[in-house]
Amino acid sequence: MPTRFFGEPIKRAEDPRLLTGRGRYVDDIDLPGQLHVAFLRSPLAHARIRSVDVSAAREMPGVVAVWTYDDIGPCQRRMPLLIPHPDLTHPYTRYPLAKDEVNHVGEPVAMVIAESRYAAEDALEAIVVEWEELPPVVDIERAIRPGAPLVHEELGTNVAAHYVGIVGDPERAFAQAAHVFRERLVIERSAGMPIETRAVLAVWKDDEDLLEVWDTTQAPIVIRNALASLFGLAPTQVRVIAPDVGGGFGCKIMVYPEEVLVPYAALVLKRPIKWTEDRLEHFVGTNHERLQIHDAEIAVDGEGRILGIRDRFLHDAGAYTPYGIIVPIITACQLPGPYKVPNYHVEFRAVYSNTVPVSPYRGAGRPHACFVMERLLDRVADELGLDRAEVRRRNFIQPHEFPYDVGLIFQDGAPTRYDSGNYPGMLDLLLERMDYRRLVEEELPRLRAEGRSVGVGIACYVEGTGIGPYEGATVRVEPTGQVYVATGMPQQGQAHKTVLAQIVAEELQVPLESVQVVEGDTAHFQFGSGTYASRSAVVCGSAVALAAKKVREQGLALAAEELEVAVEDLVVEDGRVYVRGVPERGFTWAQIAQLANPLRYAYAGDLVVRPRPWTGPALPPGRQPALEATEYYSPPHATWASGAVGALVEVDVETGQLRFLRLWVVHDCGKMINPLVVEGQVHGGIAQGIGGAFYEKLHYDENGQLLNASFMDFLMPTAMEIPRMEIAHQETPSPLNPLGVKGVGEAGAIPMPAVVAAAVEDALRPFGVRITRMPLDPDQIWRLTHPAEA
Amino acid sequence: MKPPRFRYCSPESLEEALAVLGEFGDEAKPLAGGQSLIPMLNMRLARPSVLVDLNRIPALAGIERTDRFLRIGAMTRHRAVERSESVARAQPLLAEAIGYVGHLPIRTRGTVGGSIAHADPAAELPGVLLALDGTVELQSRRGHRTVPARDFFVDLLTTSADPDELVIAVRFPVLPPRSGTAWLEVARRHGDYALVGVGAVVTLAEDRRTIRDARLCFIGVGNTPVRATGAEAALRGQPAAADTWRSAAEAVRNELDPASDIHASAQYRRSVAGVLTERALALAVQRAQEGTAG
Ligand SMILES: Cc1cc2nc3c(=O)[nH]c(=O)nc-3n(C[C@H](O)[C@H](O)[C@H](O)COP(=O)(O)OP(=O)(O)OC[C@H]3O[C@@H](n4cnc5c(N)ncnc54)[C@H](O)[C@@H]3O)c2cc1C
Repeated sequence: MPTRFFGEPIKRAEDPRLLTGRGRYVDDIDLPGQLHVAFLRSPLAHARIRSVDVSAAREMPGVVAVWTYDDIGPCQRRMPLLIPHPDLTHPYTRYPLAKDEVNHVGEPVAMVIAESRYAAEDALEAIVVEWEELPPVVDIERAIRPGAPLVHEELGTNVAAHYVGIVGDPERAFAQAAHVFRERLVIERSAGMPIETRAVLAVWKDDEDLLEVWDTTQAPIVIRNALASLFGLAPTQVRVIAPDVGGGFGCKIMVYPEEVLVPYAALVLKRPIKWTEDRLEHFVGTNHERLQIHDAEIAVDGEGRILGIRDRFLHDAGAYTPYGIIVPIITACQLPGPYKVPNYHVEFRAVYSNTVPVSPYRGAGRPHACFVMERLLDRVADELGLDRAEVRRRNFIQPHEFPYDVGLIFQDGAPTRYDSGNYPGMLDLLLERMDYRRLVEEELPRLRAEGRSVGVGIACYVEGTGIGPYEGATVRVEPTGQVYVATGMPQQGQAHKTVLAQIVAEELQVPLESVQVVEGDTAHFQFGSGTYASRSAVVCGSAVALAAKKVREQGLALAAEELEVAVEDLVVEDGRVYVRGVPERGFTWAQIAQLANPLRYAYAGDLVVRPRPWTGPALPPGRQPALEATEYYSPPHATWASGAVGALVEVDVETGQLRFLRLWVVHDCGKMINPLVVEGQVHGGIAQGIGGAFYEKLHYDENGQLLNASFMDFLMPTAMEIPRMEIAHQETPSPLNPLGVKGVGEAGAIPMPAVVAAAVEDALRPFGVRITRMPLDPDQIWRLTHPAEA
Repeated sequence: MKPPRFRYCSPESLEEALAVLGEFGDEAKPLAGGQSLIPMLNMRLARPSVLVDLNRIPALAGIERTDRFLRIGAMTRHRAVERSESVARAQPLLAEAIGYVGHLPIRTRGTVGGSIAHADPAAELPGVLLALDGTVELQSRRGHRTVPARDFFVDLLTTSADPDELVIAVRFPVLPPRSGTAWLEVARRHGDYALVGVGAVVTLAEDRRTIRDARLCFIGVGNTPVRATGAEAALRGQPAAADTWRSAAEAVRNELDPASDIHASAQYRRSVAGVLTERALALAVQRAQEGTAG
């Protein structure tokens, strides 16, 4: 019997190291003679720079260099536009150090390199900048009015992109609908807050002609390629390593100014250079997400079936668009969710503002989409007097309707085409776990009779995961028996070392401990794009599976030849390949690896190297000395995971406090490689989603100052605020990839604003209020229930 | 987030500490648990040129009970207060409030004296001290004085202590018989500073149904902790009943003048102060009647 590794709830291989403090993050790495960097960041949201005087700062003790735009040689060009889009007609990216204008508080203006971070920060205070203040653009609704001040004068507009997507005939659908309901829905600004802030350490190794860079990035290969082309080096002269990375959530996938400036300083000054972002910098120097304002309408027939949706929304792009319009594109494409929307008009404008740029943060446009869709459906249910679950059931895409085309082009340039799913099954499972009928018909009335404000909400979502372009993996059985696996995707907590090892162990039937997964180091793998968009298991996992399968075939062929039997007569089990029914006739994987390699010298006593009769070259054509394969997997398009959540909440209407009494989650990410890891991802996502529903909001004032740039005032839920989650799984395999898997990385973050809105609204039914803005907070809940006092 | 340069000294006696403070005046700052001061240094919001570390002066820590008050040394950690039997017995309001101060690691480092001297208007200990009409013991090279809490907290993060004076202890007077207390607060998350908090101290008349004396102290609603003296006066002689709590809540809402910030509006704070007033009075009276004090 083969041992099962795939699908088993195996504990994370990375945890013992990390939990006992043996992790190694960029800031833990110190190189002899290293210098430290601090950045002077704009205190103003919008201003022209008249002059920057760094002369006093250069004289400060411990200061080695102070640079402005004039000093940064090859870095004097604009940062790359990473993802262009035809509708992004007015892209704009920054200079690594501001040239003559700053466009948000926190934009880097000058760079001090000193013997210590202390000395560097002291010197920042000695830099004198003469500013000419320009009108800050903060409110995106005002920014699109004629005559509004412009973020980028030369663009002539604040609208970076105007996108229109039309499916079917929305105008006709609305004209003929029995009912049309409108909502104005807002999701506020937020941002990813990894425990480990960004950090870069770079050294030019003169003796090796090598630029070595440790970077907390989600995409080391992208950074490597950017640095090589910027500095005119061969890609192999740049090595980028993402060691242990303490969380990413999307905001570490970018090419940030600091990521080119720190290596440049290492090249120029010929000393190791380190910069570690502090939390204040993170708030104003690392990309944000979330703010969108939707004007949405739904057209339904008399039974609550969707005839059409029209949504026009504004998306806050922040000051620059280095990551294109990925976030609003995802919103537009995912808005229909698991429902049939035959006629759909979606239109957005991505609007510049003098705030930190916007790029994906876990969820990446999906929480917004889910919030809009689910709010519309709740509205339909309430207006038509239908049960909220029933309305969803009436509109689901049915299991036999896959593949299902939404009709729009997704973020990867491919059609938005759902590959598989069972949405009615998912909802049934959720309702069963919730004991929904009893909950709604008995429990709620009973609690309400006690005077308690309790409410129930449900929300369903889909998640487009596992997009291309491709990822790759090398799998090699070493002659010592270990299995080496290298990929181009670093991890920031996703348990790659565990799940990729499971895939390999399953294929080769070797112990998990013998599989070593090496990632995040461009010296080990050269091609790929990085960890984002819930794609590791799908894209990288598939590449690993293909490579492992190839190695298995190589091993079987060699063993068959050596044992003089047919491949079909061999079994792979217990770390060995042997003849069916004759276990003693066979080899361990180590022995097969040695067989593959016609060495002249044995390097240990137990090796099977032995003299062979001459039959020609030691390595015949087509043979390689290693049991090794490198494979790439390129998905045809995204694979679509889905989920449904239910919440029972209680509101203290006098204080606006919110408490979760129960929280249920049903999740479907196709085949699960490791249910423990899947649940961990769901837990983290839900926790972050609760942040998005009740805590996390970045407050900008009208001058573009961020009012809560610290953990004192930017609130993330802690373990104390996260309720126990009751999770159930449904497994609808993806037909697209060899493993049948779908992504799960962002799942939990998506439905929480929607479900909390629904549940709170239900709890507040006696007040007849609608929840249209996320996140909520006690003050807002209190306002809804005390309109006279507020 | 690195502090500017400062000189660091760590005296081993109170006299030595007072001498340094006397010499440098407002150039110097005492360092207690560092839970508020270190972040301010790192953000360069505080720029003392001398830091006087109080952590090596054992005489400054300790909890003492006399028949008139509980005296807590400035360097006593929040956690020691939380675990103290005599605090639990003699000062139930303090015992109840202390658990709301931050999180365990913060309470393990943070000190009573630091919290009082820091005078955050949303902090629990200043509120408790004011609710109980406590006093602050100050000492400098120039001498020793005792300041009532109502004269000590003068403005946002500002006290009437002079720069060369150290808070060496605080005194919480013992409650009269037939008293009950309650501490309630609303915060955004566990361990956060309160949006609104209230400490209620109620002393009943001999009939145990009439209020002889009531004290209501609020945090998070002004630049200092605030006593609702009007509501307190109106409560005297009233029956211990729901109607009374409701009128007290109304009086509190009229009396307080909170400000808005990004976490809550002034209207919210005013309204919730009233809600907490009702709840806290009911609870304090129940405790007084049960003879459990708090
Ligand atoms: C995450 C977090 C959450 C928190 N939440 C809360 C909360 O909910 N409620 C709450 O009340 N507090 C909270 N705090 C603050 C905490 O209670 C602090 O410990 C307290 O406010 C200050 O005490 P300290 O001993 O750390 O003082 P320090 O930080 O060392 O000093 C604070 C100030 O007091 C001065 N000082 C200290 N001791 C003396 C003295 N003996 N004489 C004169 N001046 C002195 C210092 O010079 C400094 O100006 C929180 C802190 C953190 C970091």
